[in-house]
Amino acid sequence: MNDSAALYAVAGVILFGMGIYALVAYPHLLRKILGMNVMGIGVFAVFVALAYRGPDQPPDPVPHALVITGIVVAVCATGLGLTLATRLKALTGVAQLTPDQED
Amino acid sequence: MPQDLAFWLPVVIAVPLMAAVLAFLLPRAAFPISLGAALITSGLVCWAALAAVNAGPATHTVGGWSAPLGIDLVLDGLSGLLLVLTAIIGLAITVYAHGYFQPGDDLVKQHQYNFFWPLWMFLWASLNALFLSADVFNLYVTLELLGFSAVALTALAGKPTVLKAAMRYLMVSLSGSLFYLMGVVFLYAQFGTLDIRLLSAASAETPTLLASAALITTGLIMKSALFPLHFWLPPAHANAAAPVSALLSALVVKGSLYIVLRLWLEVFYPLADTVAPQVLSVLGVGAVLWGSLQAMQQPRLKLLIAYSTVAQLGYMFLLMPILLKNRDDSTALAATMSFVFAHAVAKAAAFLSAGSILHALKDDRLTALSGLMKKMPVTTAAFAMAGISLIALPPSAGFLAKYQMLQSALTNGYWGLVFVVIGGGLLAAVYIMRVLGPAFKKVEPYGAESTSKAVHVPLVMSIPTLALALLAIVISFMGVYLLELLAVGTPWVLKGGL
Repeated sequence: MNDSAALYAVAGVILFGMGIYALVAYPHLLRKILGMNVMGIGVFAVFVALAYRGPDQPPDPVPHALVITGIVVAVCATGLGLTLATRLKALTGVAQLTPDQED
Repeated sequence: MPQDLAFWLPVVIAVPLMAAVLAFLLPRAAFPISLGAALITSGLVCWAALAAVNAGPATHTVGGWSAPLGIDLVLDGLSGLLLVLTAIIGLAITVYAHGYFQPGDDLVKQHQYNFFWPLWMFLWASLNALFLSADVFNLYVTLELLGFSAVALTALAGKPTVLKAAMRYLMVSLSGSLFYLMGVVFLYAQFGTLDIRLLSAASAETPTLLASAALITTGLIMKSALFPLHFWLPPAHANAAAPVSALLSALVVKGSLYIVLRLWLEVFYPLADTVAPQVLSVLGVGAVLWGSLQAMQQPRLKLLIAYSTVAQLGYMFLLMPILLKNRDDSTALAATMSFVFAHAVAKAAAFLSAGSILHALKDDRLTALSGLMKKMPVTTAAFAMAGISLIALPPSAGFLAKYQMLQSALTNGYWGLVFVVIGGGLLAAVYIMRVLGPAFKKVEPYGAESTSKAVHVPLVMSIPTLALALLAIVISFMGVYLLELLAVGTPWVLKGGL
């Protein structure tokens, strides 16, 4: 792995951390869902950086195939999360995880 | 006939998958389709487990592409045992859910009726795929499929409380999977392969392996709700519809637990002498204590059972140090798997009886259960039997598992664990008696009015509940066969490749 690939990998790890921060710190569900997407992009960036095998060689195809699969999974997860958030907003009026009232 | 057995491995995944699609397209015929798929899958799994005991582990190379390029499906003892467990509980829940979910005039009821069957079949297919995968990336995909169907099933109950619980569950499940995937990236960076057997052969103690183990284990214990990452479990398991609660507590949390065991035994074993196994064991102790203490304070039956799951999940991590440091001695793995089996059967029975009680009384507060034995004798008896196994009184399956745990802990000199196992049983007795005490009361001065409104529980619900509860007692007599299955191609035998 050369310097620019390492730069991508480190950036990926930082993105992963930023995603976790957003997931924990923001109450709004849309921000949380976006945070999870940023986490995912961080993982994918590290994976893509790994595929680099030097300027003269083609990149390793395996990480690319895996990242494409990962993106499909992430899209499904986002869809499921947005559906739940929309329904919750329709029922309670806020897209946040407010504490439950005893009923 | 190992070749023949290998041919059937993808069928075990394909049958519930096709049933899911058909049940989605033909909602009117969803139950017969699902029941047919459940019967075929259970039959196939039991046959495959028997064949594996006789002929050894089987490997299917999907599409004829073998590892490292292709993705292999492998059936060995560890995966076979969990497949059989899923088949037993899956069949019982399929029958029970036919009584539980009825078409209704309001939208939520109709939604539940239409979407339970396809989602449940998807969940079964992903569980089977997870147990059979021999590739760490394929495990990620199946883990995500499992998480999505579990979250969607939780959300079926439709109330705001349960939607919030489902949302929390989705976020924990998803970030857990991403931690896992980051760990997989590290593994690929170090070893250049994703196949578990190739990783096992190449594994060596390096900083990358340590980082990978830390990421993967953190992700998976989030999904398995090991204390202190259990916060999402009680609301999700307690507020979901009863058949879904049973599925979540009995099977879904075991999916990620299985990957923890599989990867630590086969890939992360060079790290057995680090502090990691002890950390898992200590978290297990915390889970037993905290979960039991919380279960003692819950006002509602389903919440009590959900906190009991938090406690019981702790036991499954208690023996980690023995299990990993001494891989030639299989007693710790056998004890842990016996416990997984016993807990799954008893917990499914407990949640299904709680579902019947809620169905009949429209109330599952513990104060409403007074004199329940008189009104719902079969359901109460089923809960009592499940409770006996959770407390681990002889001759229940829970007793046998804890006996094996004690034996393993004593022979390896882990005296502290003995107190945890016995103490945990006493705590379980306290919270189970909180339910059974009022239920067996003869006079009913307090809850008289609420229990007198009890309605009849249909046979289609009470029979599978009772069957599971009976199994929770008598399965200890079949323990030998389960251990024989577990011994098929045990992970450490696989070390160095097949």
